[in-house]
Amino acid sequence: MRFTVAGSIGILAIIAIILGLGIPFGGYLYRVFTGGHSRFEAVFAPFERLLYRLVGVNPSVQMDWKAYLRALMLVNFMMMIFAYLIFRLQGILPFNPDHIPGMSWDLAFNTAASFITNTNWQNYAGEQSMSYLGQMLAITYLQFTSAATGFVAAIAFLRGLVAHKSESLGNFWVDLIKVHTRVLLPLAVVFAVVLVGLGVPQTLLGAQIAHTLQGSTQTISRGPVASLEAIKQLGTNGGGFFNANSAHPFEDPTALTSVLEMIAMGLIPTALLATFGKFIANRRQAVVLYVLLTALLIIGAFIVYANEVGGNPLVHQALGLSGPNMEGKEWRFGPALSSAFVAMTTAFTTGAVNTMHDSLMPLSQLVPLLFMMFNLIFGGKGVGLLNILMFLLITVFLSGLMVGRTPEIFGKKIEAREMKLATVAMLVHPFLILVPTAIAVVTKAGTSSMLNPGLHGFTEVLYAFTSAAANNGSAFAGLNGNTVFYNLSLGIVMLLGRYVSIIAMFAIAGSLAKKAIIPQTSGTLRTDTFAFGSVFVAVFVIVGALTFFPALAIGPIGEQLQMMSHIVGH
Amino acid sequence: MVNFWRALRFTIVFAVLLGFVYPLCVTGIGNLLFPYQAQGSMVTWRGRIVGSELIAQMTTVPWLFHPRPSAVNYAANNSGGSNLGPTNPALIAEIHHNLQVVERQNPGIAVSQIPTDMVESSASGLDPDISLQDAFLQVPRIARASGLSPIYLRQLITNSTTGRTLGIWGEPMVNVMQLNMAIVKQIGTRR
Repeated sequence: MRFTVAGSIGILAIIAIILGLGIPFGGYLYRVFTGGHSRFEAVFAPFERLLYRLVGVNPSVQMDWKAYLRALMLVNFMMMIFAYLIFRLQGILPFNPDHIPGMSWDLAFNTAASFITNTNWQNYAGEQSMSYLGQMLAITYLQFTSAATGFVAAIAFLRGLVAHKSESLGNFWVDLIKVHTRVLLPLAVVFAVVLVGLGVPQTLLGAQIAHTLQGSTQTISRGPVASLEAIKQLGTNGGGFFNANSAHPFEDPTALTSVLEMIAMGLIPTALLATFGKFIANRRQAVVLYVLLTALLIIGAFIVYANEVGGNPLVHQALGLSGPNMEGKEWRFGPALSSAFVAMTTAFTTGAVNTMHDSLMPLSQLVPLLFMMFNLIFGGKGVGLLNILMFLLITVFLSGLMVGRTPEIFGKKIEAREMKLATVAMLVHPFLILVPTAIAVVTKAGTSSMLNPGLHGFTEVLYAFTSAAANNGSAFAGLNGNTVFYNLSLGIVMLLGRYVSIIAMFAIAGSLAKKAIIPQTSGTLRTDTFAFGSVFVAVFVIVGALTFFPALAIGPIGEQLQMMSHIVGH
Repeated sequence: MVNFWRALRFTIVFAVLLGFVYPLCVTGIGNLLFPYQAQGSMVTWRGRIVGSELIAQMTTVPWLFHPRPSAVNYAANNSGGSNLGPTNPALIAEIHHNLQVVERQNPGIAVSQIPTDMVESSASGLDPDISLQDAFLQVPRIARASGLSPIYLRQLITNSTTGRTLGIWGEPMVNVMQLNMAIVKQIGTRR
């Protein structure tokens, strides 16, 4: 089997639908966060007033960047502790029909860190180690709030970007509550019910014992899956109810559900670019970014597709089989939807998988790794936009140096303070990937968890820390992450990967907000052109290439060479 | 301190809203509208639940269709793939083993006819569907063991085929549980 026309059109159609829904939705998000009224105001407003009263929020208060950030960090910390306690105590708490015990301290820490940071890295197998209470009250809960946190961080940054000599970034509590009431909850309820209709279970009944057709028994795990699945995708979370994630037929029963799950994870990250365009009142800027990032997404999806339909030459040589690489894939998705999912789950920083990334062909592995290393091919909820803005700042600065102009972006002068902070935000990512990977591969604790030998084993570890630093959560699942070493190291990398860049970006937002907006002149370097856009892409690709190339050469590129020279294993 | 209490109140209020009210509402609506799907698409035969339409189960007897290989032995409470990398010798060994099983059970078929999806393990270990090529290769064996005619079985596969969604998404496939239930209804379970 080679590229099929149906498969190729299918991939392009999904991306077209995401853009077609995401762009208008970005306009809606802009209205929500600039105080606009909704068609359903009569439902939203009283519900929000009730929530303000229950939480104790005065919605008229405005916050500067420090107050906004302080509230964000505090509530994130508290929710993480809450989830940690649920994971530890789930064995003695209700909603546990399958009698699942509490987690060890290190696994509970890793899981709490993973879900509060929107990573959803899983060192546990859902159906074996998470009670229904944990799935609902810790996992589903944090899948909403962590998505909302990244989302409001981006909104606050946008407010700082367009503020004129002001301190205010808005009210954190109002923003956080409105993301839930006006965006995430309504979408999740509708999507969850649609998923049930298409075959995703939603029940509090325990596992079903079936008496199989040839006379043995099979224990079939189920549970409140659809409600988790909906927000797992919409919130670019990715942490599955079951170990096999969206490859499990109960999470993703048909080709159609897989398409819907891809659309759900792409919707808000693509929408936020349009929201950004509305905030800075510059459509062209958004258009340039849409075109370039969509092109990269399509290239990535087709690189995976080409390599997967090409099949495994070693299997062909040893056994005479020819056909696509179907190891770790589900037939209802086939190579095309599996490949599209690989590219999208890492572009949108979701981390859900409908195919086992560990069994991808070597050059296919490059795509998810690179997308997570860039971390801005649309990127995750809110934080993807923050990364795009961070690299825009850096590109403006570099271009300013090259043409000898004072760097400015959207009418704001970029000075030493902003550049230092943006550089910190940029450098923390490669640091958190490469240093822990290096430590892991020289220690017994790190290498003993590898499933696959040789270069592929190295890629398993590199992938783990890349996924953790990018707050993605997809895995080369052969790596046994449930050890004290990986639980702690990955947990710490996820927390730093999330909050260091958020803190740096808030500090930038605060200092940008205070600046006056200077009118555009003929001397202004325009950022809304394809020329500038190409420099932007060149900057993050070159930064990525220089930083990560040695690691990628040892991993997937080395494995490809190994495969081409027909050497199996070492 | 004000912020501390506010954060605590947010944590609890939203835990109740998102962790209880939301999933329980979806459970209520889901079970009301789609009771079969909501409970896991369980299939009943002579008063007993024999499995889920969406979950592959182990079938090794010759008169039933066999699902794709499973790295977890069709344990529906422990899903997962093999996670073997493309250059791992263990992957070649695993596929070789699966290939031998297929050749032993279906004597007379050539390796060049066997599609990779028939001998490579699925991602979940519970893939409920097989390709048409896979299904048709099993027809002679099932016809011999069940006494059903090959024409009937081929017709059954054709009638049970699900095409690509909107002609572009997914692959043409047949659900193994659906095929096997049709066979069981014809000949009984033959314990």
